[in-house]
Amino acid sequence: MGLDMPPSRSDIRISGLSKIFGSGGAAVAAVTDANLEISHGEFISLLGPSGCGKTTLLRIIAGLEIPSAGSVEVRGKSVWSGAVRSTTATRPISMMFQEARLFPWFTVAENVALPLRIAGVERAKRQARAHEICATVGLKGFENHRPTALSGGMRQRASLARALVTDPEVLLLDEPFGALDAMTRDALNVELMDVCARAKVTTILVTHSINEAAFLSDSVVVLAPRPARITNIVEMPFERPRDLDLQRRLEFQDMVGHLRHLLTGAAA
Amino acid sequence: MSPRNQRLLLPAASVVVFLVAWSLYVHTAAVSAFVLPPPEAIVAALSKMVFDPKLWSHVLVTATETVSGFVIAVFLGVFLGFVMARIPPVEWAAKPFIIVFQLIPKIALAPLFILWFGFGLESKIVISAALAFFPVFSNALVAFKSIEPGDRDVMVILQARPMQRFVMLELPTALPVILTGMEVAVVLAMIGAIVGEFIGGNEGLGFLAVSYLQNLAVPDLFAVIVLLTLLGLVLYAIIGRLRAWLTPWHVSTSSGG
Repeated sequence: MGLDMPPSRSDIRISGLSKIFGSGGAAVAAVTDANLEISHGEFISLLGPSGCGKTTLLRIIAGLEIPSAGSVEVRGKSVWSGAVRSTTATRPISMMFQEARLFPWFTVAENVALPLRIAGVERAKRQARAHEICATVGLKGFENHRPTALSGGMRQRASLARALVTDPEVLLLDEPFGALDAMTRDALNVELMDVCARAKVTTILVTHSINEAAFLSDSVVVLAPRPARITNIVEMPFERPRDLDLQRRLEFQDMVGHLRHLLTGAAA
Repeated sequence: MSPRNQRLLLPAASVVVFLVAWSLYVHTAAVSAFVLPPPEAIVAALSKMVFDPKLWSHVLVTATETVSGFVIAVFLGVFLGFVMARIPPVEWAAKPFIIVFQLIPKIALAPLFILWFGFGLESKIVISAALAFFPVFSNALVAFKSIEPGDRDVMVILQARPMQRFVMLELPTALPVILTGMEVAVVLAMIGAIVGEFIGGNEGLGFLAVSYLQNLAVPDLFAVIVLLTLLGLVLYAIIGRLRAWLTPWHVSTSSGG
């Protein structure tokens, strides 16, 4: 795969992106002139308070929301041509949502294998792959359970497994662990970081947790509301692999303070 | 007595008490057995009837009409409900017809259907389908409209084709609500078949009821009503099994009786 790397070396390129909801006097700008380049295998976070357009930005990259202006390229291909979502450009993209969004009529393994089933992979192959990925996210023994029988944390593990089952090149995360308790959230974040690093997947995480953004990311993109825009892009200089002890180090605390300062400054 | 035994015994006891009271009332009060036969007379008529092979051909006719009308109503209701939920302009264009067809007393159309489709099975099937259509259609319409945008997003991200989206998301989401409509519809389908037989036919349980009335064979008339109730019970139970089989994951299945 290394040989046919796109010349730009950036996996995702966002330029002049804007999104306006409504029209006339009721028009609200959800994203204004966003520019961003993300390299292959990089982990970045979109950090900001609600109303800053971070989720809208992610949804435009995913091809779920039509941009009003500007362009998004994934591995050199345009996600949007006008109002039409390009299936080739979005094929390497996987996405995880705040809710697990598992289908209750399928077992955990069937849910995890769903992307492969849709892609036309034969049953035996996709089942084997689903069991393999369930094991890596800590769902061993739960493959034949119904999603409704799982705890919130386990459901998000299954949702993560479903997002990873196709070996995506781009992973979009819309506050995936936002609804979980702090302990489960920490544990899942550590696992997420390991999985992303091992798979060399380009990841964009939407979050309003400063800690989470600083801990997981190579770079944190700070957004501000009214008008919704990108105000800063801050590099996280902590070496990898990282573990939870990092969060107790002074340099980490300083960085969190710096990000908080940028956020409050941006909001004012 | 343990609550569990009570739950088994009390329904049986209340039925026995009801039948005994009925019998006593007919025998002691001045009620003509023509108007209200005692239960034992109905049982006698029923037990004579079930050994007559002609009865079963009538049962078969009514069952065929009911099931055919019901199946047509289900397919049409689910199909139109899905199309209108997915393509709103179709619903807007069809709205006047939907409202009129919903408000019109469908029973009043029965003579017209006899005129158009003759005295055979076809007219009864049409009446049956016309009556059963609405509960399925309106439930399907609401159910297909209630698919969560978040679930749709998942299918967009996975690049599901329309048929895959229908089979793996839309139909399973809508099924529990459609099945509720089917429970109502199956009873209406039977009513449609019987009404059709009342007004124009020479076979089926509805026809049998009318001919017993003309001969003033009241216990036999009651026996037919009992048979119709049993037929309804069987059809209703089939939908219940269908629910358990098709939607084992849904709360409506585990709490059902």
